[in-house]
Amino acid sequence: MGRAGGEDHLTVPSATLLGQSVLSGVFIGALYGLLGLGLSLSWGMLRQVNLAHFALAFLAGYLTFQFSGRLDPFVTLAVVAPLFFALGMALHWFLGRFSVTLLNTLLVTFGLTSIIEAGIQWYWTADFHRMESAYAAVRWKVGPLFVSLPDLLTLGFALTLSLGMWGVLRFTDLGKAMRATTEDAPIAAAFGVNEKLLGYLISGLAAAVAAVAGLCLALNHTLAPVQIYAWMGVVFAAVMMGGVGSPVGPLLAGIVIGVSEALTMAVSNPTWAPLVSFSLLIAILLFRPARLS
Amino acid sequence: MKIDRRRALAAGGAILSTLALPPALRAQGKPIRIGSTLPLTGPLASLAIIHKVTAEIYVDNLNKRGGLLGRPIEWVLRDDQSKPELTRTLYEQLITADKVDLVQSPYATASILAAMGVAQRYSKLLLHTSFGIPKLAKYEMQFQTAGSPFDPENVWPNHIFDAAAKLPKPPKTVAIVTSKFPSVHAISVGAREVLKKRGLTEVLHLEYEFGNRDYGAIAARIKEANPDFLWGGTNGIDPVLMLDAMKKIDYRPPAQVHLFPAPGPMLKMPEAQGSLALTTFESHPPFTDDPTIAQFVKTYGERAKEAGIPYTAVDLQSAIMYAAWQVLETAVTATRSLDDKTLAAWLKKNEVKVLFGTLRWNGPQNYVEGADLYKIKQLQQGRWMVVHPAQWAAPGAKII
Repeated sequence: MGRAGGEDHLTVPSATLLGQSVLSGVFIGALYGLLGLGLSLSWGMLRQVNLAHFALAFLAGYLTFQFSGRLDPFVTLAVVAPLFFALGMALHWFLGRFSVTLLNTLLVTFGLTSIIEAGIQWYWTADFHRMESAYAAVRWKVGPLFVSLPDLLTLGFALTLSLGMWGVLRFTDLGKAMRATTEDAPIAAAFGVNEKLLGYLISGLAAAVAAVAGLCLALNHTLAPVQIYAWMGVVFAAVMMGGVGSPVGPLLAGIVIGVSEALTMAVSNPTWAPLVSFSLLIAILLFRPARLS
Repeated sequence: MKIDRRRALAAGGAILSTLALPPALRAQGKPIRIGSTLPLTGPLASLAIIHKVTAEIYVDNLNKRGGLLGRPIEWVLRDDQSKPELTRTLYEQLITADKVDLVQSPYATASILAAMGVAQRYSKLLLHTSFGIPKLAKYEMQFQTAGSPFDPENVWPNHIFDAAAKLPKPPKTVAIVTSKFPSVHAISVGAREVLKKRGLTEVLHLEYEFGNRDYGAIAARIKEANPDFLWGGTNGIDPVLMLDAMKKIDYRPPAQVHLFPAPGPMLKMPEAQGSLALTTFESHPPFTDDPTIAQFVKTYGERAKEAGIPYTAVDLQSAIMYAAWQVLETAVTATRSLDDKTLAAWLKKNEVKVLFGTLRWNGPQNYVEGADLYKIKQLQQGRWMVVHPAQWAAPGAKII
C-alpha cells in the first residue's frame, strides 16, 4: 500500500490489463491525431496557429448532439462538414484580409475560441451533455480484450483522413502545388499555382476535419464548453512531436502519447500520466528542434 | 442582545407570518444591497447557474414577503469566471465601490477562500455554501451553510461505509480511485484510514489529475482489482467518464460511490444505477413536507427549465445556496440588524433550521466536529433518493 495521498510504486500488470491499456491509448491517441490534423495543416501550410480549431470541433460535437434525436450522427456530419468547410474558408479570408501574422493568429483565434465557447454556453448552457446513440452500445470481445464501435470509428477516421491527406500531398498535382506553396509561395505562383485558392482549400479542409473530430467527441465523450481547453495542451504536443504541417505525424505522435499515458496509468499512479507525455515532448524538442520549423 | 433558541424560533415564525402580508405592507424604502459573485462562466459555470436560479427565487420570495427589516433586497451579483483571483477583486469592489450592506457566498473552495480574505480585511460576515477544507477557514466571522462537519475526511467516509454496510452484499474489499481535486482528494485520503479502522481491505488506490480525459487504463485496473466496492473520489462529470470506460470493457463494480457527481448525466446510464453519493437534500419527502420548501422545489423546477438547466430537481447544490439565504434572513430578522459583528455573534450562539436540518456553529472554527447534515443518496430507477440515514430516506426507499 502506498503512502497517504499517493501510490507511487510500480505494479506488475497482467497481460490483459496491458493489452486493454494499449488499446485504450491507441484510441485516445487517434482522437489526438484527428484533432491535431487540422491544426497541423493550418499551422504548417498556412502559417496560422488556429486555436479556434478546438472550438470548432466542440461546436460540431454539439451540433451532432443537438440533432441526435432526429438524425443519425453521420447524416449530421454530412451537413456539418461542408458547413465547416465554408467556415474555414471564411476564417482564412478574415485572417488574410487583415494580414494577421503567425503569432497574432494565435491571439485572434484564441479570441474566436472564447466567442464560440460563449455561444455554446449561451445556447446549450455550461452543463454537461451526453449524446445517446445506438453506436455507443456496440462493442466486441477480441480474446480477453474489448473494442467499442465509437473507438474504432475514431481510429478509422483518423487513419483514413491522415493517410488520405498524406496521399494527396504526396501523389497528386494538387498536393504538390500545396507543398510548393508552403515552401515558397511567390515561386509557386510564378509556376501558375493559385496560392490564394489553395489557402482557402486547406483552411476549409482543416475546419471540415474539425467537424469529423466533433462527431467522434460526441460519440465518445461528454460535452461541456469548458472542455474545449482540456484538449489543447496534449493535441499541441502531438502536433509538435509529429511535425508541424505533417498529416500523418500528429496521428503517430498522438498514439505514442496516448499509449504512453495509458501504460503509465496501468503500471503506476495515473497522476503521472501527463508528466510522461509532456516529458516525451520536451525530449523530442530538445533532440529534434527542427520539428517546429 | 442575548437571543436564545426560543427567540430564534420566534424569528423564524415571524418570517413565515410575513407570507400573509398584504401588498401594502410589502418592502419599502432604500434597498438592502447584498453582494456576491458566482462562477457564471468558466469550469464551474454549470453549477453556478443552479446557485443563481436558487438565489433569485429566494430573493424574489423574500421581497414578496416584505424584504428584510421592511426594506427590499437587491442582490448584486458579479461573474468571477471561476477564478479565485478575480473573486478577491470583485469582493473588494462590492464592499468598497458598490458599498453593499452584506456579502453572500461565492461558489467552491478556492473562491470562498479568496472572498474570506477580503471579508476578514473589512470585517464582513461571510456565509459560505461549499468550502471543502474546513481547517483552512480560520476567519472568526465565516459560517458554513452547507451542513458540513469540521472533519469531513472522517465523517463522510463513515457515512458512506455505514450506508455500504446496508447493501444486500456488504463490501469487504474497496478500490479507492480519486481525482486530485482538493476537497474530494482530502476526503478520499481520509477514507483510506476509515476503511482500515472498519476492517475493510483496500485492494486498489489510484489518483488521477482533475480534468483527466482518458479513463480506459483506470477502468482496466479497477476491473483487474475486482473490488466489492468502488470508492470514486469524483465530482462533476468524472463518474460518467469512468463508468463509460468501464462499460467499454464490460465491467461494472458490484457497488460504488461517487462523492459529488453532476446529477443529470448519470440518470439515464444503466451502469450508474445503484451508485451512492453525498447530498444534503433531495426533492422528496420528508424534505418537501414543509409547504414552503415544496413550493420552492416546484418553482425551482420551472425556473431551472427556463434557464436550460438539464437536471431540474432541487438537490445538494441548490439546497446549500437556499440555506445560505435562510441563514442570512433568520440572523437579520432575529437581530434586527445589518451589522456584521452583531450577526456573527448571534450565529455563534444560535442555531438555524434550514431545508435540510438544523445548522449550528458552536464547534472549532464555527464548525461542528464529528457530526453534520449530509446524507447518502442512491440512484434508483433513474431517480436520486436519500437512503441513509433512515429518518431522511425517501418514503419506502431502502439501499439496494
